[in-house]
Amino acid sequence: MPTDAALAVQLDQPPAGSRALRRFRRHRLALAGLAMIVLLSMNSAIGPWLLPFDDLFIDVMRRFAPPFAGVHLLGTDELGRDMLARLMMAGRVSLTVGFVAMLLSTALGTVIGAVAGYYGGLVGTGLMRLVDAMLCFPAIFLLLTLAALVEPGLGTITVIVALTSWMEVARIVEGQIRALRERDFAVSAEVMGASDRWIIFRELLPNAVAAIVVAATLIVARAILLESYISFLGYGIQPPTPSWGNMLNNAQQYFDRAPWLAIFPGVMITLAVTSFNFLGDGLRDALDPRMELP
Amino acid sequence: MAGYLARRLGQSLLLLWLVSMIAFAILHLAPGGPLSQFALTPGMSEADMQRLAHQMGLDRALPVQYAEWAWRLLSGDWGRSYRDNQPVLLVIFSHLAATFELMLSSTVIAVLLGSWVGVLGALRRHSMFDALSTVGAMVALSIPTFWFGLIVIYVFSVKLGWLPAGSRFTVGDGSFLDFLHHLIAPSLVLALVTIAIWSRYMRAAMLEVINQDFVRTARAKGLPERVILTRHTIRNAMLPMITIAGLQLPTLLSGALVTETVFTWPGMGRLFLDSISYRDYPTVMGILMCSALLVLLGNLLADLCYAVADPRIRLD
Repeated sequence: MPTDAALAVQLDQPPAGSRALRRFRRHRLALAGLAMIVLLSMNSAIGPWLLPFDDLFIDVMRRFAPPFAGVHLLGTDELGRDMLARLMMAGRVSLTVGFVAMLLSTALGTVIGAVAGYYGGLVGTGLMRLVDAMLCFPAIFLLLTLAALVEPGLGTITVIVALTSWMEVARIVEGQIRALRERDFAVSAEVMGASDRWIIFRELLPNAVAAIVVAATLIVARAILLESYISFLGYGIQPPTPSWGNMLNNAQQYFDRAPWLAIFPGVMITLAVTSFNFLGDGLRDALDPRMELP
Repeated sequence: MAGYLARRLGQSLLLLWLVSMIAFAILHLAPGGPLSQFALTPGMSEADMQRLAHQMGLDRALPVQYAEWAWRLLSGDWGRSYRDNQPVLLVIFSHLAATFELMLSSTVIAVLLGSWVGVLGALRRHSMFDALSTVGAMVALSIPTFWFGLIVIYVFSVKLGWLPAGSRFTVGDGSFLDFLHHLIAPSLVLALVTIAIWSRYMRAAMLEVINQDFVRTARAKGLPERVILTRHTIRNAMLPMITIAGLQLPTLLSGALVTETVFTWPGMGRLFLDSISYRDYPTVMGILMCSALLVLLGNLLADLCYAVADPRIRLD
């Protein structure tokens, strides 16, 4: 029976979760990033309903209307479509691609990493060498090659972005699982007759969640960048569906008349990517102080 | 050393083998596979296609086809471009120089500027400069390179007219100055990301070194801070950067591709994009293989340089 003093000492130790939360709250940039992500998502989700213009509505009389003047708040493009409405709808597409690609690649990376780390041996070595080989290709080369092979669409673009983004998660998970699988708690679970699946998902993987969450957040940032680039080149999301990347498609030829066509979508991409990067950075500091990356 | 070298070479070859299998798989995933070049030719009947497939050996088992493809790859026959029927290897080599030029110049900028930012950030840790450079690096990493390129072209070419909007030189003007003039904008754009990465790693490397015993000893000897910094800390902090430079090669290559497309720079990235839009699969595969080869070679070289530069490292 512990004495009152000992109890008091125990009570003074806050649970690990709240310590992480406190550390995260101190990270002002990460908070700003989170706020910006919420704002951008809400803006894209709800915004289009609040606008008087549809993103496909063509205001023939007001082509190339400059921003911050007249009825079109952020101006219009070469066809007379409202920029703000298009940016919001593009946000839906780009953020969705980024988020879903993150889910897919994290799932794929986790499964491959877990299998490789847990079973080790020939299978594990083979899988990890596959990861190494995939990382030999510069990401954009691989992505563009795949993009040229598939029919471009929301689904296929998301899948190929995910297919070129899972390797880092696989490395993280493999390392964690391999390090933990000989520990007492894992061995005792094995002795108690737990199935491999139970040990991997209930005993080992929860220890890697912090690292996975951090990597996943950074993958969203990367996925948004990748999508915007291949859409800019015309291999990603196809018009008339707007994405921040394909809105920059024609911007170069209208530089002189309408520089805002090039500026706004890029600012949106930068805002979204920066926010996710800051959030990931803050989560890393909060969840795992040992993993201090430069 | 020799044992280490042999093992590393073995590992690299194994990876190269895997890389070639991935590339081969992609080539055969292509709609129509290697036959796709004939798919659009008018007057091709189904029987013609089958005869062609037989001629090209496409009706044989996949492993046999792979073996033959890999053998030709090894003997230097990387196929012919669908576009102009030139040997792929020749086409790639004729574009390599432009890409290297861009990569080299932006790396030099990154090493100079990024190291400076990183060293200063580490020396004045938690200062305003440190905080700003940390945030700045994060933002720089988040700006889409292609968009940054567009903005640079808009500001410096369209509005101010200081820099050319693209390509490697003015036709008819072969001077070195003209060449440099064209190089400024794309290498600065590519350097944005490299500076950010380099400064972060340099800062971390400096922080590792700065509190070590030999630095304290140097200070205790009464060496001036300047000498401590240049002879002791920076020199040692630079060592791990050799590895970083190797590891950043894929990022740099990706960035070069993006920059080349915006600045119509006639390098490998530009060639790659053109080949993709022509569905020129042999060239696409050639560039994929070539870039993976470069990355592997770069990593191997970085490891060896590290061992040469740091006598404390024993490779065995």
